[in-house]
Amino acid sequence: MTTTTAATPSPTSVASGRLGAAPEVYTPARSSRGLWRDAWRRLLRNKLALAGMIFIAFVVVVALLADVLPLADPTFQFPSSSYARPSAAHPLGMDQLGRDVLSRLIHGARVSLAVAVFAQAIILVIGLFVGGMAGYFGGRIDNWLMRFTDVFYAFPDLLFVIIITAALGASLTNIFLAIGLVNWTNLARLVRGQLLTLREREFVTAARSIGAPAWRILVSHLLPNAAGPVTVQLTYGLPQAIFTEAVLSFIGLGVRPPQASWGTMIQQGNEAILSAPHLVLFPAVALALTMLAFNFVGDGLRDALDPQNTR
Amino acid sequence: MTRFIIRRILWLVPVLVFVSLITFTLMHVTPGGPWDKEKPVSAQVQANLNARYNLDKPAWQQYLLYMQGVLHGDLGPSYTYQDRSVTDIILQGVPTTASLGALAALLALVVGVPLGVIAATRQNTGIDYAAIGFGTMFASVPTFVLGFVLIIVVALDLHLVPTSGWGKPTQYILPVFTLGLNQAALLTRITRASVLDVSRQDFMRTARAKGLREVLVVQRHLLKNALIPIVTVLGPVLAFLLVGSLVVEQIFSIPGIGRLLVQGISQRDYSLIMGTTLLYAFVIAGLNLVVDVAYAFIDPRITYR
Repeated sequence: MTTTTAATPSPTSVASGRLGAAPEVYTPARSSRGLWRDAWRRLLRNKLALAGMIFIAFVVVVALLADVLPLADPTFQFPSSSYARPSAAHPLGMDQLGRDVLSRLIHGARVSLAVAVFAQAIILVIGLFVGGMAGYFGGRIDNWLMRFTDVFYAFPDLLFVIIITAALGASLTNIFLAIGLVNWTNLARLVRGQLLTLREREFVTAARSIGAPAWRILVSHLLPNAAGPVTVQLTYGLPQAIFTEAVLSFIGLGVRPPQASWGTMIQQGNEAILSAPHLVLFPAVALALTMLAFNFVGDGLRDALDPQNTR
Repeated sequence: MTRFIIRRILWLVPVLVFVSLITFTLMHVTPGGPWDKEKPVSAQVQANLNARYNLDKPAWQQYLLYMQGVLHGDLGPSYTYQDRSVTDIILQGVPTTASLGALAALLALVVGVPLGVIAATRQNTGIDYAAIGFGTMFASVPTFVLGFVLIIVVALDLHLVPTSGWGKPTQYILPVFTLGLNQAALLTRITRASVLDVSRQDFMRTARAKGLREVLVVQRHLLKNALIPIVTVLGPVLAFLLVGSLVVEQIFSIPGIGRLLVQGISQRDYSLIMGTTLLYAFVIAGLNLVVDVAYAFIDPRITYR
């Protein structure tokens, strides 16, 4: 697991004198820690990433507790108070059908988070499989899989997602599927590249020379070492999926009414932007902040998981 | 070099075949047909319509007939506008989307590249921090959030420009900024990083050490080398602008290709969806080709087999 980290200078490199110090006075730079614990500490020290994580934790908790919190029913309509401005009873006001905006915003967060997580899960499965096959077996399989990935890659992602959702029909599950089926190419390329470089490393040769079977090399040497970059890539994919869902809902391919999502709220608010701009503003700001938070965490993870970085 | 360009052009063929095949298949497995309107048509009329548009033939024949038409510049009849062909409808939207995309690309280049260079040459000054702030903020704000904020602030509160539409120059401002600022921010970041990276190279020190005038150092050594990563990202930048225009056209009610696609989807107009999708894929593949070739010219260290 920690084979590639520079956590402690390995005895061989000390013995060969590469560190320049005499072997007897060898003192480890610091105590040995795992790559992930190390990365976690660095991540917590990064202020922007920490702020992002706190914000995301807040959104997740509020979304999970949506049914428990004292909120109005997100689909209940008070026609008499449509377009109401923010007030004490309805802190973010009411939409055109007289539904509570705060409640819809919180229920919409569930949709965004679900899309983010499930779409990335599909991407992880397809990306690991295709990239893993190509990188591990190499040769002709690699060539064919990568040509396939190239052609797939040439089709603009958002357009592809739109076409698939239009064909499958607009629903939450189909949005997960469409995003997952389209966006796996980057991860597949990454996994393949990682495996190709890792395969040639000394520790893999060492494992092979002591007779480790292929599956063990893959499971306990190759995949754990590729896990860092894969995690970073997946983290960057989360805000992308949230954005894609919002775009789909915005052009009328999102969740079915009366269910609330940030994209549908923006789309419905857009129709009334002249008279009630707050209807667009709240979901738009929620979307922007959530994406920003995920991007900060992604940047923080990228820096924290960089093995060159031993702060 | 010539062989590289030819190979790159031939690569367009499988890409376009794949795109058309996927779109065609998806449109045909879709539940519901183009005649499923609020007022259902009788079975006889439906049969006649299917015969008229070749929809009674097996799917593979429909595909081949369609592709034969495409090669002759005929994207088929529109199912919703009975009197007009898809080629006509799309050609009408092309100038709008093209000018929106071109203006946004111009904005991104004119703001992003100089700002990045200035930030890098004055590293760790106020200007640099301002440029970094601009780069971080606008690169993360999703296009349509920026669009709505601009509408609310500039059009509704300040009454400076109209909220939507296309035609008058004042109507260009918000859509172009909405689409272009995001990529301007990206280019600022990339240019800054690239210039900083090049200015640390040995040949820069050599150029200064031999007494070359600063103007020439910057022109011949710094910018020429710093430009390479910028050209590399131009392909993705242009693709982003083109696909992003789909959303921006929707926000500002601009009658371009993106609006046609969305309209086609809501009305199940297969041929309109296929036509717009193929056009998008073709333009993006073509832009990437141009960028790849330009890249080969700019960086002579790269040799193509």
